[in-house]
Amino acid sequence: MTPNTSPYLSPNKMLNWSKKNLFSSWVNTIMTVIALIFLYEVGTFFLNWAIFKADFINNFRGETITDRTFCSKNIEVGQHGACWAIIFVRFHQFMYGFYPVEEAWRVNLVYAFLPFALIGVLFDKLPLRRVFLYFTFAFPFIAYFMLYGGPGLSVVATNKWGGLLVTLFLGVTGIALAFPLSILLALGRRSNMPIVKSICVVFIEFIRGVPLITLLFTANVMLPLFLPEGVKPDNLLRALVAVTLFQSAYMAEAIRGGLQAIPKGQIEAAQSLGLNYWQTTRKIILPQALKIAIPPIVNTCIGLFKDTSLVLIIGLFDLLGIGRAALSDITWTKLYYEVYVFVSLIFFIFCFGMSRYSLYLEKKLKTDNS
Amino acid sequence: MEQVIQLEKVNKWFDDFHVLKDIDLTVTKGQKIVVCGPSGSGKSTMIRCINRLEAHQKGQIVVHGTELTNDLKNIDMIRKNVGMVFQQFNLFPHLSVIDNITLAPIWVKKLPKKEAENIAMTYLEKVKIPEQAQKYPGQLSGGQQQRVAIARSLAMNPDIMLFDEPTSALDPEMIKEVLDVMIQLAEEGMTMLVVTHEMGFAKTVADQMIFMDEGRIVEQATPDEFFNNPKSDRTKLFLSQILNH
Repeated sequence: MTPNTSPYLSPNKMLNWSKKNLFSSWVNTIMTVIALIFLYEVGTFFLNWAIFKADFINNFRGETITDRTFCSKNIEVGQHGACWAIIFVRFHQFMYGFYPVEEAWRVNLVYAFLPFALIGVLFDKLPLRRVFLYFTFAFPFIAYFMLYGGPGLSVVATNKWGGLLVTLFLGVTGIALAFPLSILLALGRRSNMPIVKSICVVFIEFIRGVPLITLLFTANVMLPLFLPEGVKPDNLLRALVAVTLFQSAYMAEAIRGGLQAIPKGQIEAAQSLGLNYWQTTRKIILPQALKIAIPPIVNTCIGLFKDTSLVLIIGLFDLLGIGRAALSDITWTKLYYEVYVFVSLIFFIFCFGMSRYSLYLEKKLKTDNS
Repeated sequence: MEQVIQLEKVNKWFDDFHVLKDIDLTVTKGQKIVVCGPSGSGKSTMIRCINRLEAHQKGQIVVHGTELTNDLKNIDMIRKNVGMVFQQFNLFPHLSVIDNITLAPIWVKKLPKKEAENIAMTYLEKVKIPEQAQKYPGQLSGGQQQRVAIARSLAMNPDIMLFDEPTSALDPEMIKEVLDVMIQLAEEGMTMLVVTHEMGFAKTVADQMIFMDEGRIVEQATPDEFFNNPKSDRTKLFLSQILNH
């Protein structure tokens, strides 16, 4: 929509716009009214439940909520909304899992710096981008040291990690590691070298043909077999390997779709100018192919971010796992809606963010007038 | 005269289809050769073999004394010295006009960016669109795009230019601006191999005309001979078809 047709310019335009689009015929008018009533009902119901009639820390009598029996809705049934106290009381677990409370500042620091590590990669027009990119490359080491510990910091084994920490760790690291791998797989699949090509095809098709749960189990059981005796990789690392391989296969297919869309003439033009295979790939093919593949790539990233919940089955507690653990606590049980709405909201924020970023990127990379 | 391209008994097959049959051709320095013929006659394939966009299977192609084989080093070296302009322009849509032109000088010749940009601007002026330097190919007309493509090739400072139907994808009113650039290039002494059906251009520029049909060179002659006194019936038929309408 061009700016001067925007309905938000003046009240007059808004009126015209709604006349044209919402009330053009009486069928349209009825549909509009029904839709508005529906939205109003659902909206007010939800807002009342989630905010206006909800408990946060205290119930309607002003008592601090320390277990489910203090929730207003359990005292006066049918009169009150959500009981968010479960989230507040268990907030530490939702964010950090079983990470020691006194060490939580380390995780906070990593959370705080994560945006700075991403920003240089995500926005190419950023001032001082180079500096941010240096930080991006240093960040995994800093984050590992901060989260796991080492000289000067007490070690927090990964079995103590949980909640959003595990979700973000698997999501962000999985995507970051899978991306370069997937590019190589996609290129390999289109390679002229039969051995490289068949390795890539077999790998991609095998991973795509198997559910992530199976891969997680396999990584959990089989990875130790490939490692020397005595080396016992921890569960989180195994999950990360499985998630990365899974993601790389799917992303490779998304990228391959982009590669196939590049006209042969592009490669011929690059070759005729004397560019070699890697120059052609890096300067001509990948920039165009990745641009075409942005929507499916982001799709797989969003999918992966949500699929990290499956690590529950190998004994890791991601955000959803922590939520389920909270629900199984006898003092808080049955507050399903609160827990699932909260967990959904956090997942939604990240996934919606990825989706918006992909739209921004598509717009930015557009170079023609169409 | 110095021979820059030699084709000797070149044969090529696409699977079972025999597209080039015993092609013999010698191009000397500064020569302008126009290749014409019906579609499917192998004329594009022939010039695409010269910079190895297609590989021939039998015979010998020698460019600047280097034989084209599977040796990637030789291929890269030849491609650096042989420019090519395509029917579909094949500009890189994700790069601005100037970046399209500087790409190869920077990455292949390892020139500093500044120097490459100066060269690019020189050639953009030569093709008369320096003001479009910062635009993207998608924002230009077909004729402008093809001129950028010519500038992009020239920026590598090639001594041979191959043109593969450079005006076939253009609207009629844009053909002239591209042909003018090519005529200017010819006047400057560039060695040119041009596949085209622009017979006016051929008469102006060509030293030699080549007519191909069914994978063979049917006739090779000076333009004068070729247009006024063609030898083979096939050439006569072809000429009557493209000249009489």
